[in-house]
Amino acid sequence: MFRYLVRRVIGGGLVLIIVSMVVFGLFYVLPADPARLACGKACTPELIAEIRHTLELDQPLTIQYGRFAEGILVGRTYLKGSTAQLNCPAPCLGYSYDTDELVTNLLKDRAPATLSIALGASILFLLVGLASGIISALRRGKWIDKFSQGVALTGASLQIYFVALILQFIFVDKLQWLHTPGYVSPFTSVSQWVTGMALPWLTLAFLLSAIYARLTRAGMLEVMSEDYIRTARAKGLTLRRINFKHVLRSAITPIVTVFGLDLGQLLGGAVITEYVFNIPGLGRLATEAVSNVDLPVIVGTVMLAAVFIVIANIVVDLLYMVLDPKVRLS
Amino acid sequence: MSLDQLAPASTAGVEGRSPSAMAWERIKHDRTAWISGGVIFFFLIIGIIAPLFQRILHTSPNSFHPEALDEAMGAMPIGHFGGISSTHWFGVEPRTGRDILLRFVFGARTSLSIALTATLVATVIGVVVGLLSGFFGGKIDQVLSRMMEIVLAFPSILFALAITPVLENVLESSGLPKGNATRIPVMIMVISTFGWPYIARIVRGQVISMREREFVDAARALGATRLHLVFKQILPNLWAPILVTVALNIPSFITQEAALTFLGAGVIEPTSDWGSMLLASVPFYSVDPMYTFIPGFALFLLVLAFNLLGDSVRDALDPKSSR
Repeated sequence: MFRYLVRRVIGGGLVLIIVSMVVFGLFYVLPADPARLACGKACTPELIAEIRHTLELDQPLTIQYGRFAEGILVGRTYLKGSTAQLNCPAPCLGYSYDTDELVTNLLKDRAPATLSIALGASILFLLVGLASGIISALRRGKWIDKFSQGVALTGASLQIYFVALILQFIFVDKLQWLHTPGYVSPFTSVSQWVTGMALPWLTLAFLLSAIYARLTRAGMLEVMSEDYIRTARAKGLTLRRINFKHVLRSAITPIVTVFGLDLGQLLGGAVITEYVFNIPGLGRLATEAVSNVDLPVIVGTVMLAAVFIVIANIVVDLLYMVLDPKVRLS
Repeated sequence: MSLDQLAPASTAGVEGRSPSAMAWERIKHDRTAWISGGVIFFFLIIGIIAPLFQRILHTSPNSFHPEALDEAMGAMPIGHFGGISSTHWFGVEPRTGRDILLRFVFGARTSLSIALTATLVATVIGVVVGLLSGFFGGKIDQVLSRMMEIVLAFPSILFALAITPVLENVLESSGLPKGNATRIPVMIMVISTFGWPYIARIVRGQVISMREREFVDAARALGATRLHLVFKQILPNLWAPILVTVALNIPSFITQEAALTFLGAGVIEPTSDWGSMLLASVPFYSVDPMYTFIPGFALFLLVLAFNLLGDSVRDALDPKSSR
């Protein structure tokens, strides 16, 4: 188990190194003039020259990437202008050309809002999805199954931004049950945190629980037709025990995979949700950076999101081993 | 459905039926498939005949109609439901007064052609990579599989959003004109880059289970080249799983196209697109909900139809799969 973990972590690290090379290559090497692109909209020739200097674009590529990686691992110092220095401790992802702030600080500022959305929504969509999938599978062909499958199909076909606008229209503008969504730290006020996050949570839960409901239902129905379930039934186990101990246990493994990957994606920024509800999270930071062509911030958000996805992958594999003896023994 | 119903009407001897004929028989009796196919066909047709609407309505999707707006009310459409009238069947856009029906049909054109082209590109790449990776195995498989893993490790929407200005910069500096002539190819590239691994993975799995089969051995014994084995022997046997994967993937391509445009990294105004209509409607959603509803509901219908049709195609081609 330990050796497997070490191997997975090393593999994940390799993927991240390749991701960092691809990101570096795409954003700093491929463009005709990276300094011009990095410079953003309010750009002057002096600024371009300065950026070219601080980014060391006159150096060979290997050294440039080395400095980029060095910044992430041990930190680096930027020369700003001729004398001023900008200290950038590890993990250094550079500083924003727009606000002159360190990218890592920007990421830290925006992380809590995204974390709130991701955790709240994922608990909600996992529970709702599992529950409706289980009920569907146990009542196969009954009206409640058809109803929950219809809801799932609707959810799977709807767009986040469309649902978000409809919910906001109903609950904020017409019924006035909620304020316009926004982020308030739970340490300041729990009730404001919940009411501010309610619509993003509901929107994501409605759309994503659909996938879980379909997966749970299909998985459970498949396991239910296996011989060992018939055996369990023949030896007189209660239905409740069969359904929860045997059927659900086997059906849950693929769900764990999808859940891990969804959570990993969400932690990197619920881009569309944050955009529609105007919530200052990582996804919103990324969309702002893209519209300002603020290169270091773009690179920072992409790298952080990739870290979350790689970690999620490793955690999923480990959970797989715990849940599935076949994987553990092979 | 009993077997007798499926049997051919002719009694002139027992005829063998190919798997595709059997699948077609099943699809023919599937009402859901017909309805969802009809919805998709409808949207395709209105996209194709979009210029015809322009003739009937005597205006263009980009011309302003200040006469349909109420200046005193902050240039909102005159009349109920976003200004629906006999001249503007779907109403007009707030502030500009552009005809929504025309923007809608021309939007169907842009949205569908980008999504379907991206589907085609992703399918071709996915199928070729999957075939090579599954058939040759070994080092080639390792490299290609790792590549899929890495692409899947990228946060797709975020990355698509971030890479768009960079790719645009590269293409523009290599001589492509500014605007949609560059933006649309970039969108197709970005969407298909994140789409092909899903198709490749499935094709790879199918090839691995097929390459040891007797008919491949037979062809190999006859001296067939490896390329012949891959493309002439194995590929023709894979069209069913490929078709199912593609059918189930189209909705996500449509969704991504609209999402990219919605986030501002897509089709550029004044060219119409469903995603950009939704984006443009955001400031007015509470005063003019119809403007948000029309493109949003159409996207929902189209994606739902593709999802249902995908399920039907899968059930028809793979009768073992139970719903």
